[in-house]
Amino acid sequence: MPVVTLATPDDFAGWRDQARALAQARVPLDQVVWQVAGESADLLEAAVTETLPPSDSSRELRVPRRFVELAELAVCHRDADRFALLYRMLCRIQDIPKLMEIATDDDVYRLDRMARAVRRDLHKMTAFVRFKEVQSETGPVYLAWFEPDHHIVDRATSFFVNRFATMRWTIITPERSVSWDLQALTMGPGGHRQDVPEEDATDDVWRTYYANIFNPARLHIDAMKREMPVKYWKNLPESRLIAPLIRSAGQKEAAMIAKAQEDAPKRAAIISRRLEEERDSIVIDAADPLGRLRQEAAACQRCPLYQDATQTVFGEGLPTADLVFVGEQPGDKEDLAGHPFVGPAGAMFDRALDDAGIDRRRAYVTNAVKHFKFEPRGKRRIHKKPGIAEINACRHWIESEMEVLKPRLTIALGATAIRSLTGQSASVLASRGQVLSSSFAGPVFVTVHPSFLLRLPDEQSQKIEYGRFVDDLKAARELAARQAEGARP
Amino acid sequence: MARLDLRGKLAVLADAAKYDASCASSGSTKRGSAGETKGIGSITGAGICHSYTPDGRCISLLKILLTNHCVYDCLYCVNRVSSNVARARFTPEEVVTITLDFYKRNYIEGLFLSSGIIRSPNYTMEQLVQVARLLRETHHYRGYIHLKTIPDADPCLIEQAGLYADRLSINVELPREQSLTKLAPQKQAGSIRKAMGGLRVRLEEAEDERKRMRHARRFAPAGQSTQMIVGADGESDRDIIRSSVSLYSGYKLKRVYYSAYSPIPGSSQDLPAKKPPLIREHRLYQADWLYRFYEFSVDDVLAATTDGMLDLDLDPKLAWALKHRTLFPIDVNTAPREHLLRVPGLGVKSVDKILRVRRLAALRFADMAKLSRSMKTLQDFVALPDWHPGKALDRATPADFLPAAQKQLSLF
Repeated sequence: MPVVTLATPDDFAGWRDQARALAQARVPLDQVVWQVAGESADLLEAAVTETLPPSDSSRELRVPRRFVELAELAVCHRDADRFALLYRMLCRIQDIPKLMEIATDDDVYRLDRMARAVRRDLHKMTAFVRFKEVQSETGPVYLAWFEPDHHIVDRATSFFVNRFATMRWTIITPERSVSWDLQALTMGPGGHRQDVPEEDATDDVWRTYYANIFNPARLHIDAMKREMPVKYWKNLPESRLIAPLIRSAGQKEAAMIAKAQEDAPKRAAIISRRLEEERDSIVIDAADPLGRLRQEAAACQRCPLYQDATQTVFGEGLPTADLVFVGEQPGDKEDLAGHPFVGPAGAMFDRALDDAGIDRRRAYVTNAVKHFKFEPRGKRRIHKKPGIAEINACRHWIESEMEVLKPRLTIALGATAIRSLTGQSASVLASRGQVLSSSFAGPVFVTVHPSFLLRLPDEQSQKIEYGRFVDDLKAARELAARQAEGARP
Repeated sequence: MARLDLRGKLAVLADAAKYDASCASSGSTKRGSAGETKGIGSITGAGICHSYTPDGRCISLLKILLTNHCVYDCLYCVNRVSSNVARARFTPEEVVTITLDFYKRNYIEGLFLSSGIIRSPNYTMEQLVQVARLLRETHHYRGYIHLKTIPDADPCLIEQAGLYADRLSINVELPREQSLTKLAPQKQAGSIRKAMGGLRVRLEEAEDERKRMRHARRFAPAGQSTQMIVGADGESDRDIIRSSVSLYSGYKLKRVYYSAYSPIPGSSQDLPAKKPPLIREHRLYQADWLYRFYEFSVDDVLAATTDGMLDLDLDPKLAWALKHRTLFPIDVNTAPREHLLRVPGLGVKSVDKILRVRRLAALRFADMAKLSRSMKTLQDFVALPDWHPGKALDRATPADFLPAAQKQLSLF
């Protein structure tokens, strides 16, 4: 019976080489004995090659990457059966290439459990190692004592090198020790708890933190023990506080609750008053009525949309503009930026204005509804059409804007703007290019909303509709110009 | 007032920070100190909890305030201007010293620094940025930094904060704007949301830049998070869920933390002086997970509530399933992923395992024990070739799913 002796308890490379040779020689599973050098004295050490049938090196062994990843972890497990399990799985995978996908297979399940236990042990080592600073001739050295459950020390070192590369440190465990001298790692034999000093001066500062970050009103001992099992406590400097903190928690909590409201310190009133004065000192320019409206609208709660939107997006542009454009509502981008028509539809709008010979800076651009209405979907917000109640609630602002602006022509972009300006539900396509009347906005020229162009499915119709939109804008511009002429004495 | 030494200050300023629930140190970009001659620190990406206090919460970061002096008077906060709590203030250098001392001993993953508002939002933010700058530039510290961001601070300061910090957070404080107006009269929900929106825009810009230029500077690579206090002002779970869903969708938050309102010494009489609602907090986190990982829409999550509240006795997924019994049992071997995700007792990982296994072999009842930690719950909701729950689910009452100990308690 072949006895395979591996150099160390976590000797993955050794296992891989031997297992490959054994599998190529088709050595049956139950005929291999796996042992680690120096671990089991009663087994005779026998050179594998002597007892092996001739290996068939042409037999190609294939394993999925996931098996290798888990196997590298599992060899660190303290279960004596780990090498045999891995060999059995290596052989089974040759017959069932997708074995690793079958999470309910007994071997796969066991391997997964082993790898998980090792991963947890590694994680706990990175969490619970506590360095003690010791002065030496070459400067401070940091020593730690740790007791892992599995053979993980070698595998764990990369974490400590990567984090503490500029410190000299040694971690000692019962089985093995590892030292870093700023240049290289040295692996050594195991040691004892006494090899590392009990205390470090900073441990007291750490305990001060530990005691004060604890909230006695939230006592939940099981949750603590689940994540920081008691077996680790003996090497954690903070653990001596656990019992007294638990004992006094009830009393402290009762004190927190019972302590009645006291009189505020004298300086509180002074500070609060100063803060209020600062806030009140913000002056509003009376000569800028749109600015005043913008400021009032920022606090608007006329409909519930303010609750989920980021901010009120008020109109922007020249107060003396001849043309006022009214869209539907701010979208995702506008809501974040606080400016109208800056998202994808805004870019389309800008391009069309340009092609129609309209200077956006000489116009005024606003929306019928000033808050973004949306439906949350995962990490995105999906635009939702504003309802009549929201349009009506927001009409106050558009009316106020119009009162100041008194434009020659208002351009309604889409159905929501029509509804807002005229109070009527008119079809955009039916009334497109027409001039409707509004009780507060003067003549209203109707066209589509630029987002309509973004929703068209094919390039051909996009091109046609874009052209029509630009033509509408040109018509609106000319209409406003004619009205300007007509208005001239 | 007696001058406090460093430990005295730490006691005050850790105590002042203990009501903040967030502590994550995950999600940032991997980096390390191997090959470096100066500095210290690394990020593995996964986050490490270095200790746990008896409240069951982890210590991953050194979570402190720079100062607990504050000009604001938020009633729920122990550091409000009208509170008689002991006050202290660290210098930026002191914070740096404690952080590095703790880090070298492997007590912590990094620093989570917040502050009361002193003088002005800009002055306060500058001080926070100064600590991060010292750590990164003077000490070449490569560990985790989470900075609390002051909503009204100048965008230039937020920009600097994002260049030094892994994560930034702005607390929404309370789920409803009306509660904020009542309990934190000097804070404005509008400016909090605007600051979060601004952060989202900046985070996305930085991501775009990185896609175009590999060496573009990172901006808060672990993103932004927020916290809301639960149970301070009679808000319903519906209010809270709606609010956090709106935050997740609008500002791409990595996390919304829920913090059960904890009685504070000398608290205002307007606030509940009782044990923090810890189970409620737990249920809210579960509901939050349904939205983020289990493909529940906000309406689905809300369908698990009764009169706007989640059931304290049942996890919200089970509560949802009991209200939709006719959809069960789900055939494990044929159901689509989104249906499997609805099964009480199956987690996301288990569902994905099921999908892989069943391409190769039919699952049987005994296999489920390797995929679920709660077979007792699971068995009523699934069908397999050798298992059908029959009418079990029709007869089941919510009490049937409670652990035995809890059932006994409810008798009294």
